[in-house]
Amino acid sequence: MRVAQTAYARQQRVGMTGNEAVAYAVKQADVDVIAAYPITPQTIIVERLAEYVNNGELNAVYIPAESEHSALSACVGAALAGARVFTATASQGLALMWEILWIASALRTTIVMALANRALSAPINIHCSHDDAYACRDTGWIQFFAENVQEAYDLTLMAFRVSEDKRVLFPSIVNLDGFILSHGLEALYVLSDDAVKGFIPPKEPVYPIDPERPMTYGPLALFDYYMEFKKVQAEAFKRVYPVILETFGKYEEISGRRYSPVKTYLMEDAEVAVVVLGSSAGTARYVARRLRAKGQKVGVVSLTLYRPFPAGDLAKALRGLKAVVVMDRSYSFGSPGAQLFMDVATALYHERERPLLINAIYGLGGRDLMPQHVEEAFEVAREAARTGEVKEREIWLGVR
Amino acid sequence: MLYEVRWHGRGGQGVVTASDLLARAAILEGKYAYHAPEFGPERRGAPVRAFTRISDEPLEQHFGIYNPDAVVVIDPALQSEVGYILEGVKEGGLLILNARKVDDRLLERSRSLGLSVWAVDAYSVALEVFGRPLYNTPMLGAFVKAAGIVKLDNVLEAVRERFKVPDLAERNVEAIKRCFEGVSRVS
Repeated sequence: MRVAQTAYARQQRVGMTGNEAVAYAVKQADVDVIAAYPITPQTIIVERLAEYVNNGELNAVYIPAESEHSALSACVGAALAGARVFTATASQGLALMWEILWIASALRTTIVMALANRALSAPINIHCSHDDAYACRDTGWIQFFAENVQEAYDLTLMAFRVSEDKRVLFPSIVNLDGFILSHGLEALYVLSDDAVKGFIPPKEPVYPIDPERPMTYGPLALFDYYMEFKKVQAEAFKRVYPVILETFGKYEEISGRRYSPVKTYLMEDAEVAVVVLGSSAGTARYVARRLRAKGQKVGVVSLTLYRPFPAGDLAKALRGLKAVVVMDRSYSFGSPGAQLFMDVATALYHERERPLLINAIYGLGGRDLMPQHVEEAFEVAREAARTGEVKEREIWLGVR
Repeated sequence: MLYEVRWHGRGGQGVVTASDLLARAAILEGKYAYHAPEFGPERRGAPVRAFTRISDEPLEQHFGIYNPDAVVVIDPALQSEVGYILEGVKEGGLLILNARKVDDRLLERSRSLGLSVWAVDAYSVALEVFGRPLYNTPMLGAFVKAAGIVKLDNVLEAVRERFKVPDLAERNVEAIKRCFEGVSRVS
């Protein structure tokens, strides 16, 4: 490791895979409990954490559970007891956690989970899709999307601070594209342990489990109170967004890296744009630069925050555009559009002037998103802008 | 400068580690890099590829590498798969082989593409240094010499950071140095 100069003084520039970067952030966050299922589709994240615990670099309880369902259940218990808790999973593993996801949120636990996004079976596949991330969208978890290894590291640190903030008290998922980022290695800057310690204050549990003062968590509530619980949870979740903005600001102060829920690129005078999640954002910008050089007015919008969905800021970013292609790395059978498309369409519905919308399905099961696929998306958007109509609402990029 | 490398080998030989170490070395000398393994089912003996992208400018694209500047084949028995090895390689690019004798068909095809072909007997080096056919660090040494895009010292530092056990690190350093010295241009 070498120490960097100038703006990144006191940070080290290192090479890490996404898995290593997340594990390093979790170690620096000084978690108390890690519970995870250690076998496929698990990533090296928890393997590295097990090493940290084993060699004494991290003072934490490591629970290798017999299933993801048990792993997340253990996380819920540990979080309610007041611990700082982390877990990681992907695809089928996330699916097996699914019923506990709702409980983790409703009980206001502050678990942080890394989700190395992978496709759901069948057919069996271990590569990237956003099926697993989308499957969590209604469960009351905060969801961040990293577009590179640096962001996977940064967002993991920020997730702990956001989740444990007393104005929030909701669990967080940090999404990183399976293999592309989880097993991909890149350069990144890491903070000092002291800087992280200052950024994430010690967890102050709210109503922790206490044998001296027995309490009931998640009791039965039927038609008499269930709806009031959900209304309270809904109102609480609406207060998360400003805390995330504030946390992004605080993180910029210590890191020099600016985060925002909606990232815009070449959008000032753009006529058409793509909206994208995850590691494809950089590829889309790479293509947009080349098309700009040919005089095409194209731009890229990517989301760092998926839940709460930044509807207002996204609508603002897309204002004045003629056509937009929403890129989905998943498919929602029988829906009026894939998952991100439906969110974007809903966010735009209340706008007086709306761009034409096209839904592009891409990258399923790790299919590479090549520059020509993004060019195709922009071309479809430009044609819609030119003719004023959408020929096909749903296109598939890179499918044979 | 944008330089892209494709590594070929078989599961268990260290293809992914070679690519990983090259990216770490490039990052150590202040460059930008992206390394990605191409994972199929992880089983010993299956053909495996890995990719390294190195640049002086920040990298943000995450798509695959289709037209590599260099192809490194760490498994001596893969030489006969001419089409597979040379797929998409840039004209005038680099081919580095683990071979005592280069396959005639491969050599002929490489010449027609204007490739610069280098070879080293990494098999003998691996057996002498590790006692088994591990080709990752030996062939990394050969690549460093033939390509000349990262400094040997930075590769050795990356190896010492990656292999925390001193004896293991030093054996890998020796393997790298021997193939760095031993690799020669065939065509």
